[in-house]
Amino acid sequence: MANKGKFVTVFIMGKGYQVPAEATIMGAMEYAGYQIKRGAGCREGFCGACATVYRLPGDYKIYTGLACTTLVEKDMWLSQLPAIPAHKSIYDINKIEPNVATIQKLYPEVFRCVACNACTKACPQDLEVMDYIQAAKRGDIEAVMDLSFDCLCCGLCAIRCPAEIVQFNVGILAKRLYGKYLAPKSKELNIRIKEIKKNKYDKEYNDLMTANKEDLKKQYYARDIEK
Amino acid sequence: MYPDYMSKSLNKVIQTRNKRFELAKSGKPVFPPMSAKERDDVLHKFHPDYKKSRRKINIGPNKGEMLTTEVTDILESHSRIKPEYFDLSKPDYKTDILIIGGGGGGTAAAITAIQNGAKCLISTKLRLGDANSMMSQGGMQAAVTKQDPPTRHYLDVIGGGHFDNKPELVRVLTEEAPEVANWLEELGVVWDKLADTSLQVLHGGGTSRKRMLSSRDYTGAIIMRTLMDEVRNHPDKVNVLEFMPTVELILDEQGKCAGGVLYNLETEEYFTVKAKTTIITTGGFGRLHIKGFDTTNHYGATGDGLVLAYRAGGKLLYMDSVQYHPTGAAFPEQIAGFLITEKIRGAGGQPVNKDGELFVYPREPRDVESSALIRESTERKNGVETPSGRVGVWLDSPLIEMLQGEGYVQKQFPAMLRQFIRYEIDITKEPMLVFPSLHYQNGGIEINEKCETNIPGLYVAGEASGGVHGRNRLMGNSILDYNVFGRRAGKYASTYIKSVKLSKLSLDHINRYEKELKAAGIRTDRISPVLLPSYTPEDVRKRQLTAKYEGTLR
Repeated sequence: MANKGKFVTVFIMGKGYQVPAEATIMGAMEYAGYQIKRGAGCREGFCGACATVYRLPGDYKIYTGLACTTLVEKDMWLSQLPAIPAHKSIYDINKIEPNVATIQKLYPEVFRCVACNACTKACPQDLEVMDYIQAAKRGDIEAVMDLSFDCLCCGLCAIRCPAEIVQFNVGILAKRLYGKYLAPKSKELNIRIKEIKKNKYDKEYNDLMTANKEDLKKQYYARDIEK
Repeated sequence: MYPDYMSKSLNKVIQTRNKRFELAKSGKPVFPPMSAKERDDVLHKFHPDYKKSRRKINIGPNKGEMLTTEVTDILESHSRIKPEYFDLSKPDYKTDILIIGGGGGGTAAAITAIQNGAKCLISTKLRLGDANSMMSQGGMQAAVTKQDPPTRHYLDVIGGGHFDNKPELVRVLTEEAPEVANWLEELGVVWDKLADTSLQVLHGGGTSRKRMLSSRDYTGAIIMRTLMDEVRNHPDKVNVLEFMPTVELILDEQGKCAGGVLYNLETEEYFTVKAKTTIITTGGFGRLHIKGFDTTNHYGATGDGLVLAYRAGGKLLYMDSVQYHPTGAAFPEQIAGFLITEKIRGAGGQPVNKDGELFVYPREPRDVESSALIRESTERKNGVETPSGRVGVWLDSPLIEMLQGEGYVQKQFPAMLRQFIRYEIDITKEPMLVFPSLHYQNGGIEINEKCETNIPGLYVAGEASGGVHGRNRLMGNSILDYNVFGRRAGKYASTYIKSVKLSKLSLDHINRYEKELKAAGIRTDRISPVLLPSYTPEDVRKRQLTAKYEGTLR
């Protein structure tokens, strides 16, 4: 932990601890002696396990962040939210269509969105969450996919939402719909799969697999590199 | 923001950038790739594996071999349990397949197994998807272009692995890659595509053809969340037990794998699972912080599967070999060790020293590239020191948009941009300071192409397995590995359950292992599997006067 001797006080669930001034919230909690079981995952900002809410002195706002990437501030009052209750619809990806009717059926609460923007303000990734919920209402699956692409499913949007929408699960649904049904298919990929099914590379593989190490080495170091 | 004292070096990077840009544009290698001899030389002198990193193991199936010291440590350890605690005639859960580990390999196995009619129970230490699979950024290799037959992928893999890979595993890995790309798309993974609808392909370290498929730089997250969502769509067929790691395997009297003992991390209860077959997909060991290195790995990567299998007699392969990712973050301190995707170099980013000079071909296989970075920073003293005393070299990212056009980084590297902008470093304008970071367990529990081990009924897939990558994995082959072999484990395990007959369940192997420890004269208070690392500071520990630690867990 970076520590040039400077310390600040933070209030972890209300209790004050002296921690290095440049620590992340997660680093500060561990520095204070917490052994985290829930509330840490990848520790690099990809998994969304460490959703945290905090307030700052003299400020009425509730702030949100990931404990692994948010730095502590002087007199910060913080609490982790180690799990977010969130409903996920069960569906058969092979039997749904990429349109607004699917959204209506699986996540009808999307249409309760009052466009308050609380979700967007809560997002630690700075995603336009409200915009993708609006896109979901229009059945614009591609826009939902694009705008929710970097979502970590930390759940901070969902707990701030007055319409009780689980935004991140709507995002996952839209991404899957897009990937499966709307993304243009690669012809090259299909050709390659067919070639392999027809055992086109069997002989080449057998030659490589039975070659001695010296021969393989020669082939390896002589191979050309695509520009 | 970089401290002022670094500006002299940063200016040199700017001064040399145009020349390096012209070089990159020419299409020729910007620095000569190393010959076999040069590779050998830099590896032997600078790769951490070659520097007093191994210790002989004195018990178990690999007895007498030199393994990575921290691996020998967790294997020469006591079990968390005593067999007499358990009445195995009344298991708490019964299932067809126990899957240990809820990352990419585990979920891919479950999805495949349930299609074959099996019921699964996933035991996972943290949440479903809390795995290195979630964190991989750069991509997945699959030979899909005309100029890139899958056999070329084979040659790249086996050369990158120093020709130690098991050939039959490399064939399966490379030949099934296109099918896996398609399977994932059919499940809803969003691949990066070009305007002509073809898959975008980029170079990675050690590739001779462009074959890196990607989902921006959230490739792992997109795939992992798709697989998790699919598992969650089958609650009647897959029972997911989170915060319930498996701490030992259960065998039957003939030595077939027959389930496991699970530990509820929150209530501290133990439960037994009887399963017709078991799949280990526990991933790797980065959180053992081998040789004190920072790691790119997730919180639970403590090599648990190795311990479980080893105590039950499972043979390990290449556990003397560790992968250090060439480009972990060296600055700022808060993100030290974090992964900076190899896709940065695939898109044109160059490693340069404190004088802004190239010193290595940017896309050598990972072990070679890492060794070259360590050489430049240490022996040659051409690194840049950070305020906390780390050292690193520059990864010149502003080149990327010069080569690929404005807006490319925002589109292709949103995670990296975000990671650094928090600390007021704009990677489209300034380079990143990097140093190798502990990244991947190259070896593991030895498998064959059906993911079988030497223990009947025990299957292994993904990073926990050994043989696929030899002694060095190439970028983009890890996502591929856990998908190819996760699916295979699910397929072959769900076939195996149709004929297997289990006899009486047993934990006798735990007692036998304890005896072996004693007979070898190993006296230790180490306990494994480790489950979680401990980051509690020493002064806190000293005040925990009545706390009881079981290994690293309080």
